[in-house]
Amino acid sequence: MLEVTLIYGFINSIILSLVALGFSLTFGISGVSNFAYGAMYILAGYAVWIFINKLSMPFFLAVILAVVLTAGLGLALYRFVLLRVRGLVISEVIATFGVGLAILELFRYLGFTTFEYTLPVFTDGSIEIGNTYIDHQRLWIVGVGIALAVGLYLFTHHTKLGLAFRAIAQDEKTALSLGINSDRIAGISVAFGSGLAAVAAVLILPRGTISVNEGYDVLINAMAVCIIGGLGSTVGVVVASFLIGYAQMLTDAFSGPHWKMIVSLVAILIILVVKPSGLFGKQKELEERI
Amino acid sequence: MKQRRKERIDRGTKARSDDIFALTSYREMLYVAVPPVLPVIALLVMPLILPPYWQKVLLQTTIFALLAISWDFLVSVGMVSLGQALFFGMGAYVAGCLDHYAGLPIWLTIPLATVFGGALCTVLLLPVLRLRGVYFSMVTLVLPLMLERIIEATGMLGGTEGLTGIKPFGNSWVEMYVVIIVLLIALFGFRRLVTTDYGLVLKAIKDNDRSVMSAGINIYWMKAQALFISGSVGSFCGAYITHVYMFVGMPDFALDYSILPLASAVVGGMGTFAGSVMGAFILVPLSEALRNVGGLRIVLYAMSLVVFIVLLPEGIFHYIQRKYQQFERWVEVEG
Repeated sequence: MLEVTLIYGFINSIILSLVALGFSLTFGISGVSNFAYGAMYILAGYAVWIFINKLSMPFFLAVILAVVLTAGLGLALYRFVLLRVRGLVISEVIATFGVGLAILELFRYLGFTTFEYTLPVFTDGSIEIGNTYIDHQRLWIVGVGIALAVGLYLFTHHTKLGLAFRAIAQDEKTALSLGINSDRIAGISVAFGSGLAAVAAVLILPRGTISVNEGYDVLINAMAVCIIGGLGSTVGVVVASFLIGYAQMLTDAFSGPHWKMIVSLVAILIILVVKPSGLFGKQKELEERI
Repeated sequence: MKQRRKERIDRGTKARSDDIFALTSYREMLYVAVPPVLPVIALLVMPLILPPYWQKVLLQTTIFALLAISWDFLVSVGMVSLGQALFFGMGAYVAGCLDHYAGLPIWLTIPLATVFGGALCTVLLLPVLRLRGVYFSMVTLVLPLMLERIIEATGMLGGTEGLTGIKPFGNSWVEMYVVIIVLLIALFGFRRLVTTDYGLVLKAIKDNDRSVMSAGINIYWMKAQALFISGSVGSFCGAYITHVYMFVGMPDFALDYSILPLASAVVGGMGTFAGSVMGAFILVPLSEALRNVGGLRIVLYAMSLVVFIVLLPEGIFHYIQRKYQQFERWVEVEG
């Protein structure tokens, strides 16, 4: 029992950090709000489903296409919506939240709510660790999740583009004076974030059916992880994922699945009250609070 | 030689009616009085002439207009809420519980729910008053979702079923006019409030909270008061709707009550309250007219929200107001 909880807690934590990476890249690292993140995630899932079942594409082509499509949509979202309200933080939030809401509710309206909407797993089968069976998909999640987290850390600390991502959040004017086109970088950041949402979706969604409501949960989970970890910190994302992941698993095991989501929500509240800049956040520590 | 030039008809009128009232003719008085008076008369007459179905729509519209006003008020103090449903649901549940468990009469439950709902929301949000901007918004987005899930998980207060059998108003005229009159009081009351010294301090908190602090004013206390006022208005809406539908349940924390007031205020124009009301009176009937598209309602709100915030951020009200003051006429001048 304990072993199962530990192992599945670990997997749950990796899932959370996978979900949060894209949001962290856009909102945390570049300081651009993308509250349509949950919608991007669900959109990618449905896109893959449509590509496979309606257009009968091979699986991997569908996945790649869906990731590219979602990233493109992110770029379009930036170009046509975010660019016009850039800098007005509240407008950014409301506008992107509106776009996400529209996408999600449109799917609900179109009737994408039945149980037929499932994605195929990468490879079938399971392995045994101790007495616990783990299917291959969860191993894929763990592998890709760890690789992406490490990759994101290296990307934001050791490549020119990644450093530019962080620069525009730290000080946009200085970034401009150093020759960083902040509008272009922010656009790329939104696109990358959306693309990561799509990657997370094709990895995670095969565990169950795709449902519209999951879009809201994904956004809340991603927000929870980013806020608790501290904006702009990849290490923070991983640590916060493990905190919430295990907390969720323990509440699930001891008080029932209904309480699982409440953990994230309560965690957001507590951390915002106690330490708004998060566990590892360094940016703008003073500006968040008065 | 006579020549003609264009003259703005409001030039003199506006100058004389902005601060001190020194209007000199019926014409000028009409110019100033028609825009506020006409909608008020229309609102009071509408229940008399509308068919029963559209009366229900009017009732809903009025409620959403009130919610939009309460949202607008919070924004003018610098607190952007993404979860007006918190206030709404809180009022609904307080009224529902007072009715269901204590059996109080309706003329007691609604005022009590208004006050206690507002107070509860304020206490709940008290720890996050120090947050500003997006962080405050996130908390307000999260809170109604959390309360909804807690009610679902614990099954308290009726759980997923909700509480049914709440006492109705009984008289549909009372039902209708109570909410219309409250809306008018709130609309003109808030418009007056923000021009008083008290309102100026609240607005100053939005513009520059630190300078308000350095003026020796306790901004947290002011913010808490603003929250209480806004929360009370929202709670009133919840309590009222509870008695109209004779039901209180988890849908009271639904996204509709968060997103619609926001959309109304943004479409109508923020900061004037009249704009929020206008936005509600555009969006709600519009979505009723499009009822056969059903689930597209929220999509419609969300899209109008995005379109307006991107293309016409000032809102319809400000736009019309500007145009109204730019009416021109030809006048003869000596050349």
